[in-house]
Amino acid sequence: MNEDRRSIVEDRGGFAFLALLAAAAILVPVLNRAVPAGSPLHLSTYALTLIGKYMCYAMLALAVDLIWGYCGILSLGHAAFFSLGGYAMGMYLMRQIGPRGVYGDPVLPDFMVFLNWKSLPWFWLGFDRFWFALAMMALVPALLALIFGWLAFRSRVTGVYLSIMTQALSYALMLAFFRNDMGFGGNNGFTDFKDLLGFDLHEDGTRVALVSATAVALALSFLACRAIVASRAGRVIRAIRDAESRTRFLGYRVESYKLWIFIFSAVIAGAAGALYVPQVGIINPSEFAPINSIEVVIWVAVGGRGTLYGAAAGAVLVNYAKTFFTGALPEVWLYALGALFVLVTLFLPRGLMGLVPAGVRAE
Amino acid sequence: MRQDELRTSNFEVRSSWLLALLLVAVVGVPHAGAQSADERFLATLGELREASFPDKEAIVERLSGTNHPRVRSALTAFLDDRLYSRVSDQKIFIVKSSDDSLSSLELIDPLSLQDAGSSARDGLDKIGTNNRLRKVLKTAVARFDLSSADPAVRLAAVTEVLRSLDDATIALLRQRFGVETDAGVKAEIDTGLALVALDGSDRKSRLDAIAALARKLRPEVRNRLASLIETSSDGSFVEQDEGVRRAAADAMRSIDRWRTFYSGIETLFFGLSLGSVLVLVAIGLAITFGVMGVINMAHGELMMLGAYTTYVVQLAMPGHIGVSILVAIPAAFLVAGGAGVILERTIIRFLYGRPLETLLATFGVSLVLQQLVRSVFSANNRSVETPAFMSGTLQFNEALALTYNRMYIVVFTLTVFAILLAVLKRTRLGLDIRAVSQNRAMARAMGVRSEWVDALTFGLGAGIAGVAGVALSQLTNVGPNLGQAYIIDSFMVVVFGGVGNLWGTMIGGLSMGIVNQLLEPYAGAVLAKILVLIALIMFIQRRPRGLFPQTGRAAEGVS
Repeated sequence: MNEDRRSIVEDRGGFAFLALLAAAAILVPVLNRAVPAGSPLHLSTYALTLIGKYMCYAMLALAVDLIWGYCGILSLGHAAFFSLGGYAMGMYLMRQIGPRGVYGDPVLPDFMVFLNWKSLPWFWLGFDRFWFALAMMALVPALLALIFGWLAFRSRVTGVYLSIMTQALSYALMLAFFRNDMGFGGNNGFTDFKDLLGFDLHEDGTRVALVSATAVALALSFLACRAIVASRAGRVIRAIRDAESRTRFLGYRVESYKLWIFIFSAVIAGAAGALYVPQVGIINPSEFAPINSIEVVIWVAVGGRGTLYGAAAGAVLVNYAKTFFTGALPEVWLYALGALFVLVTLFLPRGLMGLVPAGVRAE
Repeated sequence: MRQDELRTSNFEVRSSWLLALLLVAVVGVPHAGAQSADERFLATLGELREASFPDKEAIVERLSGTNHPRVRSALTAFLDDRLYSRVSDQKIFIVKSSDDSLSSLELIDPLSLQDAGSSARDGLDKIGTNNRLRKVLKTAVARFDLSSADPAVRLAAVTEVLRSLDDATIALLRQRFGVETDAGVKAEIDTGLALVALDGSDRKSRLDAIAALARKLRPEVRNRLASLIETSSDGSFVEQDEGVRRAAADAMRSIDRWRTFYSGIETLFFGLSLGSVLVLVAIGLAITFGVMGVINMAHGELMMLGAYTTYVVQLAMPGHIGVSILVAIPAAFLVAGGAGVILERTIIRFLYGRPLETLLATFGVSLVLQQLVRSVFSANNRSVETPAFMSGTLQFNEALALTYNRMYIVVFTLTVFAILLAVLKRTRLGLDIRAVSQNRAMARAMGVRSEWVDALTFGLGAGIAGVAGVALSQLTNVGPNLGQAYIIDSFMVVVFGGVGNLWGTMIGGLSMGIVNQLLEPYAGAVLAKILVLIALIMFIQRRPRGLFPQTGRAAEGVS
């Protein structure tokens, strides 16, 4: 039980994870910028983007692991928070395009000109300022989590019901964002971004900085999550996972604990989405698709839930496998992913981290 | 349409000729009377060739008086400018099409109605018509159709006649009204005659006509009544008689009320049929999720298997689309049910009591099944044909028409539901299923083989998903993504209705369909769906156990 109360230096897995992230944050810029293009050690822009993407996924997996692994809330709608953060970033990036769009309108994004809109809708105001967009990337997912969580936890919707509700929520959002008159670009979403804070997104230098920033964000999220689970509140949260009613009878306000950890998790997911969008260069409603949320759960299950770094490792491994298979053997990918779901749940209930002997993870 | 008529009558003629040949062979004597009637018919037709227009009218009248079975087709062809005489032998022929782009025309013998070769355009003389003659021809054809034995033909003829009324056709309608027995045709004639009376000068008969029209829902009727209460540009009424105006306004209000009523019924029916689809896709889940507590994310893919089974059965039975659907229902049940039993035996049984893990594992299965279908059938959608008896509409009146496929869905859902209820309540298997779901340990102690019951229960739910797939194959594209489109809806229905309660699923699904359909005119299809989803999310917050929560000991077993 004390496993999570150790300092980070004693926690081998967590320490290794942080060391890896530090290496990524430092090595990626060096290998891409300083090593000449011909060298075998050179990191291509493609690989760079992949690493950045994987780390965003790892952040999302961390968010899911925090609530699923430690609090027993299986959210099948975390892609919604991820996408909302992404859309907030996308709105900022769209406003940055300014008069460089195809239609050359100084204020309106192309798709609004295309739809014959005359002025910006009210919810687009302020997104030309980075600090405002930054606040929205956290606040919008948090607000959704607050409303949904408040309603759900207060009326004690739990277990499978909650999972299906989160899935329906994400599905409803997807349908809504597909509508053109929502003002979020409909089917096509946002793309053709130009620059972020004045730096050109197509420059390798900007991309390298984004990858490093993602590594830092992932490390900070990990430390924050770890701090939460190691705290007194973290023990209550684990108690809720193991015996919700008993925790309630002991006098803890179960709903509040669940609500706050749910909101925190949504914010991490939103931040991951916000970092993801400038790196992949597009955000559209299919990001809300229920299957995306379920895939996140699988990353966590594969890595091993309730370890945080295991979830991050699962995200990177599964996505690396996905990149590999969809490139080399596209037919096989869904078979492999499907089989992975089945085998992991049947034979590895603690994920890949369950394979690592406990003594190695912590002495 | 006309081509089809020709083709079918061709077939009849051919068989009757065969019969005649047989008769000749057996009896050895040709039927003298029939022979001469045919000759007279041909001779009369031949007279058309050189007749003046007034003479042609007389010939047409004479022809329609003979009752010869081929008169109608000859007159129809004449009306369409498809009656020609061949220059070489001065014989009269019907041509299949006289389209200007054709250089040679295909001929049809007016007596046998069989193909009679073709001829270049300049080898043929058209038998010309003028407006007056065409009117006579129209009346003659209408008279034929009005006295047809088939009410549908009579109805079509009345509709046709109503489009352009003149004294002759009005007289025809009056005459027919006296002897008509079919209520639909009679009402249609009534409408026509009332419209005519409205143009008359007799005040009493005009008011009667308006009173009669107040019950008619045709758009023409409403337009005609609306024209009675219009004002002209200087503000004065077009219609002078105030009584008539008032009556017309009342009649229009009555018509509008009825139209609103019927469109309400239509919306309700659409909602009911949409709800039936929801119930159908959710009902299998109500078994696996509701009774067994297993979150089967592969439920949609089991439906997809059912839909593909329909496709395969149809491929195996070309030319028997109607029968193939009936064969597909048990086939889909077996295929999907078999898949379900395998799924239960190999995966799900290791995960009982861990619903979230079941969710993940079955989701994996769903991915594998999707890819399997892609590998076997390709990623493209497959088209499943709709049998003839399921297409078309049932026309109640001018304002209300219900499509057959929607009606079949409602009936089908009710049937499946009834059978399922019967299985659960009246069979040994149903008893076992209920016993195991309520108290596994006690059921085992009483000698129920709970393992087998689990497998069969899951198979039953999966099989019903397959049967739902047969229905879906008639409604949407059959493709690898068929199941995904419905999985969320079906979960929502089950959760809304209350887990473990079949009646809850039924009522939940139907009311979701109706609410969706009621919202659609105001919000649009997508927004209506979103609103229903949000309403459901809110509802579950209020009543976490659905509309009809399980009570008692069984409630603790689920979730």
